Amino acid sequence: MKLHSVTEILTSIEKGETTALDWTKASLDAVRQVDSELEAFLTVDEDSALDRAAKAETGLLNGVPYALKDNICTEGVRTTAASRILENYIPPYSATVANKLQAAGGVLIGKTNLDEFAMGSTTETSAFKKTKNPYSKGCVPGGSSGGSAAAVAAGIVPFALGSDTGGSIRQPAAFCGVFGLKPTYGRVSRYGLIAFASSLDQIGPFTNTAQDAALVMNAICGHDAYDSTSAKVEAEDFTRDLDLGVKGLRIGIVRNLPEEGLNKALKQAVDEAIRKLEGAGAQVVDVELPHSQYAVATYYLIAPAEASSNLSRYDGVRFGRRAEASSMIDMFEQSRSQGFGMEVKRRIIIGTYALSSGYYDAYYKRAQQMRTLIRQDYEKAFEQCDVIIMPTTPTTAFPFGDKADDPLAMYLNDIYTIPANLAGIPGASVPCGFVDGLPVGFQVLAKPFAESTILRVSHAYEQLRDFSWPTPELGVAE
Amino acid sequence: MNYETIIGLEVHVELKTNTKIFCGCKNDSKSEPNTNVCPVCMGHPGALPVLNREAVDLALRAATALNCTINQQSKFDRKNYFYPDSPKGYQISQFDKPIGEHGYIEIEVGGEKKRIGITRLHLEEDAGKSTHAPDGSHTLVDFNRTGVPLIEIVSEPDMRTPEEARLYLEALKSIMQYCDVSDCKMEEGSLRCDANVSLRPVGESKFGNKAELKNMNSFRNVQRGLEYEVERQTKVYNDGGDVAQETRRFDEATQTTISMRSKEEAHDYRYFPEPDLVDLAIDDAWLDRVRTTLPELPLAKRLRYEAQLGLPAYDAGVLTADPLVASYYEQVLATNVDAKAASNWVMSDVLGGLNNEGKSPAECPISPEHLGGLIAEVSSGKISSKQAREVFKTMWETGKSAKEIIKEQGMEQISDVSVLGPILDEVIANNEKSVADFKGGKDRAIAALVGQVMKATKGKANPALVNQLLIEKIQAL
Ligand SMILES: [Zn+2]
Repeated sequence: MKLHSVTEILTSIEKGETTALDWTKASLDAVRQVDSELEAFLTVDEDSALDRAAKAETGLLNGVPYALKDNICTEGVRTTAASRILENYIPPYSATVANKLQAAGGVLIGKTNLDEFAMGSTTETSAFKKTKNPYSKGCVPGGSSGGSAAAVAAGIVPFALGSDTGGSIRQPAAFCGVFGLKPTYGRVSRYGLIAFASSLDQIGPFTNTAQDAALVMNAICGHDAYDSTSAKVEAEDFTRDLDLGVKGLRIGIVRNLPEEGLNKALKQAVDEAIRKLEGAGAQVVDVELPHSQYAVATYYLIAPAEASSNLSRYDGVRFGRRAEASSMIDMFEQSRSQGFGMEVKRRIIIGTYALSSGYYDAYYKRAQQMRTLIRQDYEKAFEQCDVIIMPTTPTTAFPFGDKADDPLAMYLNDIYTIPANLAGIPGASVPCGFVDGLPVGFQVLAKPFAESTILRVSHAYEQLRDFSWPTPELGVAE
Repeated sequence: MNYETIIGLEVHVELKTNTKIFCGCKNDSKSEPNTNVCPVCMGHPGALPVLNREAVDLALRAATALNCTINQQSKFDRKNYFYPDSPKGYQISQFDKPIGEHGYIEIEVGGEKKRIGITRLHLEEDAGKSTHAPDGSHTLVDFNRTGVPLIEIVSEPDMRTPEEARLYLEALKSIMQYCDVSDCKMEEGSLRCDANVSLRPVGESKFGNKAELKNMNSFRNVQRGLEYEVERQTKVYNDGGDVAQETRRFDEATQTTISMRSKEEAHDYRYFPEPDLVDLAIDDAWLDRVRTTLPELPLAKRLRYEAQLGLPAYDAGVLTADPLVASYYEQVLATNVDAKAASNWVMSDVLGGLNNEGKSPAECPISPEHLGGLIAEVSSGKISSKQAREVFKTMWETGKSAKEIIKEQGMEQISDVSVLGPILDEVIANNEKSVADFKGGKDRAIAALVGQVMKATKGKANPALVNQLLIEKIQAL
């Protein structure tokens, strides 16, 4: 059973029934109760959390406990990106989102586990621990934001932030049965987000409901002078359109969607959700995304190319792990060789190769051209519909180690989520059922800066949702 | 065999912005090591660059002054390489779309004008500074310079002699100083020059292998290094060998060039568009503002000095090379003194004095107004030019005005006829022989009489006036 929503906490504090300190203590108790088995957290900052809760002032998220994916920098609090190379790294500054949440009165409980440098779809590539899926201890929580998704699903915190480069918010949200939103590229400042692939990364929330996500979005969005790529768009109230319903709204269904490996029961659950929305007055239309079949290949050139460059700074010179060696070049090599895990090394090598002279035109440049075509597909599709709905993932959460030895099979897990990052559009995953006791979700995509529409459709569906919600194996008892 | 020399220069100029190019840190690399640093310029995880518009503005000024075509849409790229003083493991630079392209500089070689093409001018960030322990035990890195804005100016291979290369570099420095984009101190590294030099048999169009020369920190070294390199390559070819494509360093101690590394070890920089920065758009208004606020450039000023002030080409060249000198000269002129007289004083006495003391024109102890005052005293005949040199010396030491010094030292020439009259009468009376000689047609005898007057007045009498009065008086006898 889910614990408390952001909305409930805010109302309760406002009425004077509870205090920020009560919720912070409850959240810290929940960590103690569950996390030794769940292993969602890499760092829990109990003293600071209690301190901050005692001083919580008015703000959009006054007194609400939360967690941050451990690739979001927090001044004075260890931030590792789940990598050995940053095992003892304490940032000298905070990410803009961390500052914004603190300014809003939120209370940071701790930092959550992830795939090393956000590279992975299972959280298994973390150098430190394996986060469990709250609904089945033997299964992965998804990734790369597995810790944040699991922490919300298990009821430890009412919301957590993750980052999404190719589906790293939406896929674990689907696997863990929570709501997860990847905003439009540029909506949320990336300043202080440890970069994986700069042109694809975007920070977003995990919550229990679309309404909670709207509240968190109100606190974290906005132009940031410290991030040149952050969009200069007016601040808006994301809760405004929540209750408008879906009457007359056009839902796009992609007819040429690759369905190889798509779980039938999962597809049925998504179709059922679409039928419910249709029943509430939405209109279903067919759309085409002719280049989506190339999205995974495109992504696995662009993301590693940028990553190979972004990860060059981990050389042992200024911070992080430094290996003992007899020469400077040896020191670089040994520090990186010991500090990075297999998946990270694999992507650095792919990226370095894709950018190297003689291969640039054949790989990186063609991938950029394909990216433009994919973006244009979505522009055309959104002339015909307001949102596109499709499954978030082809399957439900799978057992640990299932795909660990087969990177290509693993990469195909992101087949439905990757295009949104290439196109820079927003997308959310909404829980819409359970298959064999494991959650499934559908994805809602919209044109750039149309997060309100996504939240409106998601909220409308949440009101119509009528299946029975299993209790997580690992979760806070009511 | 006769060979033709082909030289091209790559010049890095540090821009004198207040803050670094991608963060708010102070642009001052001479502070205590690692004091002007932040998460951005140290390449900390998650930190992002934000472009400093002041740096773009200065680059635009420079590109416009160098007659470049401005790319109003340009972008930044990453140049990837590992080095301990490169904090991010890549340098943010401009690869295929620089701010400026296809410019030129005009130089004068042996009285002939020559145009040297500029291939490109682009913006980039500087790296830090490594200090290696002599025993190789450790390396210290100072990141104050990391993120200091640079422009790189790449010339066409249009220079044919080391002298032309030096003249090009001097002209470039002068233009940069006029635009006020950099202090251009070569010895401090705010102007850095690398040269590419190759030879080919006269008449052949194919370029020979080129050597890249680094580490030349003065104009003299640039010319000397290139001269050595031309000699060396000539000898290699004459001995039947082939010049290796390599990077060489100019060694000041031996005045020779030494091989650093061969081109086989060249990097693959894996350039790609910098995803953390949006493309750079320069609108028409910005460009117009730069064009209209650009000062008169050295070449235009030099031609104006020749035409308008009637100065010899040499004077005009010396006075306009440094904008501070030109500005000083123009302020002297503003006191309404003769242009050539002012030029003589500024070129020999002022520049000589500054040079002796290693001072910049901004530190000149004599204000332009005071120098103008001195020149006026000479031209009005109040003091002799010999006296003027002494006054100048005192002005340099004390900063006082010429008038004040002349008064204090009682230097005014005696031009008062009522004062001179009795002295002249006495000299005429006491020198009968000279008077008689003069009357007898020996014109030179007058000099002896003038000498006597000067002696009697301790040199203060106005010699021209004394000469004239003596003649009048003797003829009237
Ligand atoms: Zn800085």
